[in-house]
Amino acid sequence: MTRTNFGAVLVALLGGIAFAAPAAAQNEQFIPHLVYRTGAYAPNGIPFANGVADYYRLVNERDGGINGVKIVYEECDTGYATDRGVECYERLKGKGPTGAAYFIPLSTGITFALTEKAPVDKIPIISMGYGRSESRDGSVFQWNFPLLGTYWTAADILIQHIAKIEGGMDKLKGKKIALVYHDSPYGKEPIALLTKRAQLNGFETMFLPVTHPGVEQKATWLQIRQNKPDYVLLWGWGVMNSTAIKEAVAVGYPREKMYGVWWSGAEPDVRPAEDGAKGYNAVMLQHGAGQFKLHEDLKKFVYDKNNGTAKWDETGEILYVRGAINGMLGIEAIRTAQKRFGNKPMTGEQVRWGIENLDLSADRLKQLGFEGVLKPIKVSCADHEGARTGRIQTWDGKNWKVSSDWYTADEAVVAPMVKETAAKYAADKKIAPGCLTN
Amino acid sequence: MLGPILETLIGGLLTGVLYALVALGFVLIFKASGVFNFAQGAMVLFAALSVARLSEKFPLPIAIVLAIGVMIVLAYAIEFLVLRRLVNQEGIVLFMSTLGVAYFLEGFGQTLWGSDIYKIDLGISKNPIFLFESVFPGGILIDPEEVAAAVICAILVTVLAVFFQVTRVGRALRAVADDHQAAQSVGIPLNYIWLVVWATSGIVAIAAGMIWGSKLGVQFSISLVALKALPVLILGGLTSIPGAIVGGLIIGAGEKLAEILLGPLLIRWFDLAGGGIENWFAYVLALLFLLVRPQGLFGERIIERI
Repeated sequence: MTRTNFGAVLVALLGGIAFAAPAAAQNEQFIPHLVYRTGAYAPNGIPFANGVADYYRLVNERDGGINGVKIVYEECDTGYATDRGVECYERLKGKGPTGAAYFIPLSTGITFALTEKAPVDKIPIISMGYGRSESRDGSVFQWNFPLLGTYWTAADILIQHIAKIEGGMDKLKGKKIALVYHDSPYGKEPIALLTKRAQLNGFETMFLPVTHPGVEQKATWLQIRQNKPDYVLLWGWGVMNSTAIKEAVAVGYPREKMYGVWWSGAEPDVRPAEDGAKGYNAVMLQHGAGQFKLHEDLKKFVYDKNNGTAKWDETGEILYVRGAINGMLGIEAIRTAQKRFGNKPMTGEQVRWGIENLDLSADRLKQLGFEGVLKPIKVSCADHEGARTGRIQTWDGKNWKVSSDWYTADEAVVAPMVKETAAKYAADKKIAPGCLTN
Repeated sequence: MLGPILETLIGGLLTGVLYALVALGFVLIFKASGVFNFAQGAMVLFAALSVARLSEKFPLPIAIVLAIGVMIVLAYAIEFLVLRRLVNQEGIVLFMSTLGVAYFLEGFGQTLWGSDIYKIDLGISKNPIFLFESVFPGGILIDPEEVAAAVICAILVTVLAVFFQVTRVGRALRAVADDHQAAQSVGIPLNYIWLVVWATSGIVAIAAGMIWGSKLGVQFSISLVALKALPVLILGGLTSIPGAIVGGLIIGAGEKLAEILLGPLLIRWFDLAGGGIENWFAYVLALLFLLVRPQGLFGERIIERI
């Protein structure tokens, strides 16, 4: 039985994965993680969860914890269901000597549900590359951190890339761009940005929803065949992605004209379509696939000791790497908080301050083993996203290859939308915008 | 406009055959034992996982034979551990037991075979075929994988029809379906019949799992295609094999046409927020048929003297 399978057995039998002693010693930092190792989205959820778990394990094994504070980590399987996500949150939020440090929901739906709970419980939500796009405004969404990129960032980068291929923004006029999206809060996120961009740049949009889990998309792709859009953007997750690519093959839509968001651009999305996926593109949440400097430590301190969660060959896959990055950002936020509050387990409130003051320079990223993988990240109250750059990658039939330079989302387009939508949210929820100091 | 409509209709009919393939498994078990088998989707997943993982070690034909063996063992286990204890219990009790079987199979299947995405390669071309290109601009698109599914479905239905009508076991199955106790009283071994019918349903699940697995990759989501079979069963009736086929065709074609033609109109007329309609429209279609024929299109009309 592979380790991956063994993980699934543990989840099935025990309802979660935890390492380190469950008894809450005083010098332990409790970090929960909402995962999905079972269910329709497990092929995508498993590598991400493995990356997070291995990074925490590395910090414990290599550094003896975060400045001497051992990490106690526990998973709760949500199956990507919002109700189970909320249940997991309620079960885990009070664990450990200082409660949960932060939550990683790995679901826009769960993030939406937790957004109103987090300020009450004083626990930050790290939604790296997902969640509400306007939640980057930290004066309204004080406890949400959509680090590295929101869906508006992703959509804007994709439009910039398409414009570059066409020869300039003015060449978008009269083009038709279709969005095939998961019919959920996640899939609907880019619609506002694309509508705005369509008004500004004169292209036509087509929005085609696909119902969960996305196993049947015949009607959607027949519409694409009949309407012949110039480009198709894909906002899917799990089986919806591979099915979309297979249906594109079935209706003869060129994969070179297809661009996925970063949650539609990993190995499980393209492998089932085999050669049919060749030429398919996706925007990158900065990083790509492949092992890098961090993996030397992972091998030495985790995998050589037979403590790895994944198979070694899988540790260079996109979602594993993304999990490791998410784990690193969380740990560095705790480290940042410790600089102010002392080397001890941090409360959720203190970690929130740590995330909001996270400043990872190129040198620090190099020390951490992420050189060439991430660009510097600087979070502030005004900017809970921290960075909004990305590249495009293309599947060559066997591997993902970076196929563009870096793009940065256009603040002239995105920032006013964030401001307006966040202000509306604040008014609806009767929130007085402002920055927290603690 | 005629070309796209015709293309959608044909695509829908072929997709309907795929739904019918899953619905067949439900019908077989209900017809012979009166149990609505909620675990049919999980059985399709389990069967597909068995074929996919075994085909990594053996040639596909041998993997299929071994998977048939796995499904027979599974059928025996379900009969021995679950159904035998529930003879003559209320239908709802049997239904609830299949709920338990479904969750067990979903978890155990992934534990045993893994939760990654696995491959079943049937060697069918993925490239579309275009017909009538001279009549309609761009032609009418046909998916060869779905044509293959239609052929497999036709063969299965023929074999099952012969099995039910001609063979001794088939007649015994029909007798058990009519009345457990009466069948037992004339010497038909109920346990054996249940084993046969669950094993047959397992083999149908292999066929469905292989086609859906080839289409989607073998992964957990395959168990959810059972949801697509439910409106087919409502419409076609739970006891009719032709009902499953015709129901599948009507639901497949109806939902695709509705998504493309009706969806945009509804959104425009009523200024709706949008969203896909094909999933729920399939149920609306099935319920509309029920208004006219409560027993389903091909279901048996139940007349009870009181």
